[in-house]
Amino acid sequence: MAILRVKDVSKRFGGLKALSDVTLSVEENSVHAIIGPNGAGKSTLLNCLVGKLMPDTGSVLFDNNSVLGLEPFQINQMGISRVFQTPEIFGELTVMENMLIPIFAMRDGAFRMHAYETIANEKAVVEQAEAMLEEMNMADKREMHAASLSRGDKRRLEIGMCLSQNPRLLLLDEPTAGMARADTNNTIDLLKQIKEERDITIAIIEHDMHVVFSLAERITVLAQGTPLVEDIPENIRGNPKVREAYLGEAA
Amino acid sequence: MDAILLQILNGLDKGSAYALIALGLTLIFGTLGVVNFAHGALFMIGAFCAVTLQKLLNLSFETLDETQKDFLGNPLKVETPYVEAWFGPEVGATIIDWSVPLAILFAIPIMLLVGYVMERGLIKHFYKRPHADQILVTFGLAIVLQEIVKYFFGANPIQTPPPDALSGSVDLGVMVGFDPNAIIYPIWRLVYFGFAVGIIGAVFSFLQFTTFGMVVRAGMADRETVGLLGINIDRRFTIMFGIAAAVAGLAGVMYGPLNPPNYHMGMDFLVLSFVVVVVGGMGSLPGAVLAGFLLGILESFASTTWATTTIPGINQIIIYLVAIVVLLTRPRGLMGRKGVMEE
Amino acid sequence: MLGLNKKDTSLLIIVALLTLLAPFILNPFPEGSAMAQFNAGYPDLMQRFVIFGIFAIGFNILFGLTGYLSFGHAAFLGVGSYSAVWMFKLLSYNVIPAIALSVVVAGLFSLLIGFVSLRRSGIYFSILTLAFAQMSFALAYSVLSNPKFNLTNGETGLQVYADDPQILQGANAPDLPHLFGLPMRATYTMDLGAWSFDFNAGYYLCAVILMVVFYLAIRIFRSPFGMMLRAVKSNQQRMNYTGLNSKPYTLAAFVISGMYAGLAGGLMAAMDPLAGAERMQWTASGEVVLMTILGGTGTLIGPVLGAGFIKYFENIFSKINDNVLHSWFAFLPDGLEDAVVFLIHPFIGKGWHLTLGILFMLVVIYLPGGLVEGGQRLLNWFKRKKTKSDDAPSGKTEPAE
Repeated sequence: MAILRVKDVSKRFGGLKALSDVTLSVEENSVHAIIGPNGAGKSTLLNCLVGKLMPDTGSVLFDNNSVLGLEPFQINQMGISRVFQTPEIFGELTVMENMLIPIFAMRDGAFRMHAYETIANEKAVVEQAEAMLEEMNMADKREMHAASLSRGDKRRLEIGMCLSQNPRLLLLDEPTAGMARADTNNTIDLLKQIKEERDITIAIIEHDMHVVFSLAERITVLAQGTPLVEDIPENIRGNPKVREAYLGEAA
Repeated sequence: MDAILLQILNGLDKGSAYALIALGLTLIFGTLGVVNFAHGALFMIGAFCAVTLQKLLNLSFETLDETQKDFLGNPLKVETPYVEAWFGPEVGATIIDWSVPLAILFAIPIMLLVGYVMERGLIKHFYKRPHADQILVTFGLAIVLQEIVKYFFGANPIQTPPPDALSGSVDLGVMVGFDPNAIIYPIWRLVYFGFAVGIIGAVFSFLQFTTFGMVVRAGMADRETVGLLGINIDRRFTIMFGIAAAVAGLAGVMYGPLNPPNYHMGMDFLVLSFVVVVVGGMGSLPGAVLAGFLLGILESFASTTWATTTIPGINQIIIYLVAIVVLLTRPRGLMGRKGVMEE
Repeated sequence: MLGLNKKDTSLLIIVALLTLLAPFILNPFPEGSAMAQFNAGYPDLMQRFVIFGIFAIGFNILFGLTGYLSFGHAAFLGVGSYSAVWMFKLLSYNVIPAIALSVVVAGLFSLLIGFVSLRRSGIYFSILTLAFAQMSFALAYSVLSNPKFNLTNGETGLQVYADDPQILQGANAPDLPHLFGLPMRATYTMDLGAWSFDFNAGYYLCAVILMVVFYLAIRIFRSPFGMMLRAVKSNQQRMNYTGLNSKPYTLAAFVISGMYAGLAGGLMAAMDPLAGAERMQWTASGEVVLMTILGGTGTLIGPVLGAGFIKYFENIFSKINDNVLHSWFAFLPDGLEDAVVFLIHPFIGKGWHLTLGILFMLVVIYLPGGLVEGGQRLLNWFKRKKTKSDDAPSGKTEPAE
């Protein structure tokens, strides 16, 4: 069953057509990669899924509910978590607090005036956060300020924060951009492990073919704002159209 | 009709001051990305340049006039300003009479220097700090500057009269065909308006027609790219800060005859000028000028007896009301660019 | 204790001791001695310490936690004062209903202003609050004090007149603000040898309220809600993508801080039943910003320290004059003495604001964490000297102390 259905989505910026009639669907419990050369509209598409941009036409259904016109926090509450290209974390807060916030958000909703409770007394939430830090191998860093973490750890923390909410769909926006090879491989392993251990759908936007072919079960190639092909990785590798799209970029 | 025209004219002097201060604020904000709460203080320093020059020109020495006696029968002490002694009584008196316009020449180097020192000594270190820090440190600086002026000049307003030739009023109405006495307008206000228009024109043409201005405008649009071209944008921005300071200062120099300068005039104008900048659109120079004049004129209309009897005190809140409405309906202001200052 | 951890409990106890024993602490010098002018233990000044402390604690909940810099909080203080005086005029001189109403009205007023201002952020927010506050000032000063509708009594200031209804004012109740019959001005003076200490009813009312609201502030700081407010300051984007709506959080912080300001305003009126528009001017808003920054933004104790520091030195510095300076530096040779006095002169007496401005700039430039950070640095420095070890932890300051 498809958990995410994008149908005929178009988006224009002034005279530039960033997306034209994009239709694709992401199957539940799959790893779906969206690839394409620079300027193919990958980021625009992602922003249309999470409520940052409003498409001009078309529909985006998550679990058969439209997400269009909703705020990012509402879409997150429906079960979509997003990992950013450069890790977005709460730099001034401790690693532990970073992990607590998404769990509180999941339990209490978009706003709750819990101004008189003490965090230490929220045993269930604290335990959950500790378990997640354990899983991310970050338990020893819990009192550090998140801003002082290494790039790789920031990425782990961000992924951990998203996972702590048990999302049904995890969106990753070039999660290894700018990373060294070792960090990239670590991230790939982490994502593989996540996939094995959980019922989760992962949609990943990526430029790095190494990452894509290590993870993806299905690949959509985007070029000039429209899907070019959608297939399993083996078939994408040899597809002349894809090669042309990428070579065209290189030339 | 003549009543409306009169109110528009009445709004021009305040509008000019708002426009000039807001222009400088916008220049600083647009080029350096700094919110300068000390800009009102620069306006005030300008006004006190005129006060200082006036005091300097009036420095006198005493002589005893044997031909006249005071009531005790001693020779009368006569104070003669040095300028009158040096240039002869006629020329000297004229110089003293024209001290406010002359202060322009006196103020330009001072304001450029003040601006330069301020930017190099303080503001420079705050480019990368949060806007809140910039506001706070310039707010502190504004307090310091105004207290220094208060220390030297006292708390009371100091009269800085316009030259005799430019004081008094003219009947503008007659010139354009209204009844006599319909529009009586003080000459100095006209002078101030003309002066403001001149300065604004000079700043705009400077930015438009010189290479320097072109680089600055490019820098306002995209600082990083210009930096990449190998142009030393920082130094140009320092000069720009000096120019903005001079614009505010000159606005202050000439404002003295309209309202005697006191040490807190800067703060009074600052709040309103910020409102003007926001209404005009953060980072938009034409917006700042337009909003300055518009709000000045609006304030003048709100000060009419008719308005104040309908809603008492409307003249004091009208600008804020407009600002709030504009910010909420057109967050970018009248002519603002997208994304400026929105985190 | 009281649901606080050990560190916070000791902090609360320290604040409690400081406020309760303030009449002693602030009067260390014997009456009539040369140093007696540095005593600050008289009721009027002690009340101001505590009232501005409350104001700053509340402001810090907004600015310190969420990072939204409001330049208009004095408006809520003013509204609080006006509400309290109206309660005196209509009901009675009992301070309880007056203070309660001032908190409620300031809360509602801040809800309105916050709702509008928080639609924008950053510098726009600061300017919007500034505009609202200046507008409130103008409203209080002139618009709302016309013969038809006189809510504020304009320039004169709102006060209680003999022909006011005061429907609940009993026949025997004091004709001054009181707490169930105990006048706020009641002062018991204790003479101990050369020393004399004042215990003032109004001060102790303020002190008790300060302890309560300080306790509440600790609870807010340590709560999930407080953590969310710090998240607003840290990264709103991540917050939104984590399923949290940052707007109501910020608005709640704005209203809470507005209520603290209203409380401070109400207490001011309770100490002296008069409310004037000048309390709402933007320079008054700037003052609370100053106190918070000077003490230490985002720390618990900082705003209280900042408020005490500024109010103390405002009082003491403005009292020092050239004669005092001459007596201090009398040991210097005459010429040098005059020179020193001449140099210091601009910074004392009426020059207090100059000192304040310079201090403020220095703090923002060199000590963004304020007095609290300064104290911590000193402490670390001493520790390091003691242990002489290189691996002593330092650097990052605690987010909340």
